[in-house]
Amino acid sequence: MNRRPLFKFRLYIAGDAPNSVQARANLSALCRTHLPDRHEIEIVDVFRHPRRALQDGIFMTPTLVRIAPLPPVKIVGTLSHAGTVLDALGLETSAA
Amino acid sequence: MRQRAVDPGKSSTGISGLDAITRGGLPAGRTTLLVGGPGSGKTILSLQFLKHGVTSCKEPGIFVAFEEKSTRIVGNARSFGWNLEGLRRQKKLFFLDAQPIPELVQSGNFDLGGMLAALEILAADMKARRIVFDALDIVLALLPDHAAKRREVYRLHEWLLARQLTGIVTAKAGGDEMTSAGPQPFGFMQFMVDCAVILNHTVIQGVSQRNLRVQKYRGSGFDENESPLLIGVAGLEVATAPTMRQVNAKVSSERVSSGVDRLDTMLCGGYYRGASVLVTGFPGTAKTTLSGAFTEAACRRGERTLFVSFDSDSNEVIRDLGSVGIRLERYIKSQVLRMASARSITGSAETYLVRIKTLAHDHGARCVVIDPMSTWSKSGHDLGAHSVAERLIDWSKAEGITLLCTSLLDEMSSQADGGSPLQISTLVDTWIHLNYLVQAGERNRGLSIIKSRGTAHSNQVRELVLSDSGVTLADTYSAGGEVLMGTLRWEKEAAERVASEGNDVAARLKQVRLDAEEAELEVRLKSLQVELEAKQVEKALMIRTTRSREGELTRGRARMEQLRGADVIPPVRK
Repeated sequence: MNRRPLFKFRLYIAGDAPNSVQARANLSALCRTHLPDRHEIEIVDVFRHPRRALQDGIFMTPTLVRIAPLPPVKIVGTLSHAGTVLDALGLETSAA
Repeated sequence: MRQRAVDPGKSSTGISGLDAITRGGLPAGRTTLLVGGPGSGKTILSLQFLKHGVTSCKEPGIFVAFEEKSTRIVGNARSFGWNLEGLRRQKKLFFLDAQPIPELVQSGNFDLGGMLAALEILAADMKARRIVFDALDIVLALLPDHAAKRREVYRLHEWLLARQLTGIVTAKAGGDEMTSAGPQPFGFMQFMVDCAVILNHTVIQGVSQRNLRVQKYRGSGFDENESPLLIGVAGLEVATAPTMRQVNAKVSSERVSSGVDRLDTMLCGGYYRGASVLVTGFPGTAKTTLSGAFTEAACRRGERTLFVSFDSDSNEVIRDLGSVGIRLERYIKSQVLRMASARSITGSAETYLVRIKTLAHDHGARCVVIDPMSTWSKSGHDLGAHSVAERLIDWSKAEGITLLCTSLLDEMSSQADGGSPLQISTLVDTWIHLNYLVQAGERNRGLSIIKSRGTAHSNQVRELVLSDSGVTLADTYSAGGEVLMGTLRWEKEAAERVASEGNDVAARLKQVRLDAEEAELEVRLKSLQVELEAKQVEKALMIRTTRSREGELTRGRARMEQLRGADVIPPVRK
């Protein structure tokens, strides 16, 4: 990752449901490890913003959306399988 | 929900058969699980439920599509004549596309909290009362373990209950889910929900059969048996056999002609209006002709009639009936009569029933002829065909349609039992049996009325005579315990004519002789009377003479005694 692009994430969570709490923790850990200083995380609580979830078509929580770089990538779940998540986000595990 | 005099605890589905089975509809404010294999009609049933809610019960609805794209669902529904797009635009119906995208990456556990939160706001906006989760199994399949699946189903159920929404959750059964190891997530859901409906799609002897069964329904009675389900032209139709209290046929005492005068006489005026008539017989016993005669009579009265032929093409039927003086072309031209050849319909007996109902309804038929109904026993299984025949009769009764069905008897079956292969002879009101009688090298058609409810009817076998001028019945002769028909009948008739002439002459002769004897006796009586009178006169004269002589004698003796001054001594009479 020479050009070191900025990663923008949006994480849809359902209040403090166990899955959502876990996903939040996993995401920040991942960013700290792999994307230090080049990530932005927006948290959307669907309980507070249900219309947003409806508009964005979020039905399973937690859902992580990579907004940038394009194309968007959607990952559903607690993000507990680091390998799968890194793979999907285009982050090489070797770069760790 | 507050629709007519319907149970407020039930949400009408718009499928009359299903409403009948569930005594009014699905449980309102509760969850119904709809399980079925692929193509069993789950989505259609759910859509019909939503559509009916909007159009008839003022209950907006939400459709959550986990499997098919909503645009396709709406498009498919158009083939049933449902304008779901219009309802969507009026914001009475909402389609939520919740299909997991193919490139969806999944890592770890997730839940449906997001969707439910979204639905919550949506339902509140729309004032939705009905909701369908179509193919929940798709999303559950993404969940990593059984416990998670259970948890989400539970979450959904709780959510529905808390929102008092009338919900349908559909899920696949059979196929993968059935064979997969471990208990099914729906297994426990079936225990959780208040109502479970199972759709079944099987092929029996190459004929597709769909069935619907209500497995459970908390707090309500329901019909527990499998009921045939059919994807008709305007949605699903569930066939129900009306229970006793449901049959509410208009009973008429009006008579309709059978088209054969003498048969009407035998039946004391004809069939009852709205009755079901069964004509059984072997091939060639003029079953079609008899139905043709009935058809013509109905058309002549100006009653719209539907003639469904399973045997031959409509034009053939018309030509063949023309040969016995039954002319139907003009009624087809005037559109009083509608002929349908059912050879073009393939499928189960259910399909036939629905087609016939639709045709009859479209045509506004008051009389329906089905020739022969026994074809049904060949399509699919006998049990199904029997129940279809039963429902046909119930339906025609409820509609007040006079139904005439013919039923072919197997050449091999014994003449004695005469029952039809569909075993409907017990249900029909009038049962006419046509038979061959082979005698003296002739095969003649015999007609007998086996039963006719509420009608005094002749118990005699009559001969059915076909000629180019029409159909008539002729009396048969019973001689020595045998029924004579055809030439034998003619011979017997001739012989009787000759014999009766002889009898006439003999009787006349005898009368003359008796007249003569009577006259002679009268003459003798007269002379004897005269003689008697003469004797009586003679006797009276004699008595008078004797008395006067005795008087003279007494007077003479008294005078003499007076003269002699004799004592009064009574004379000693001799």
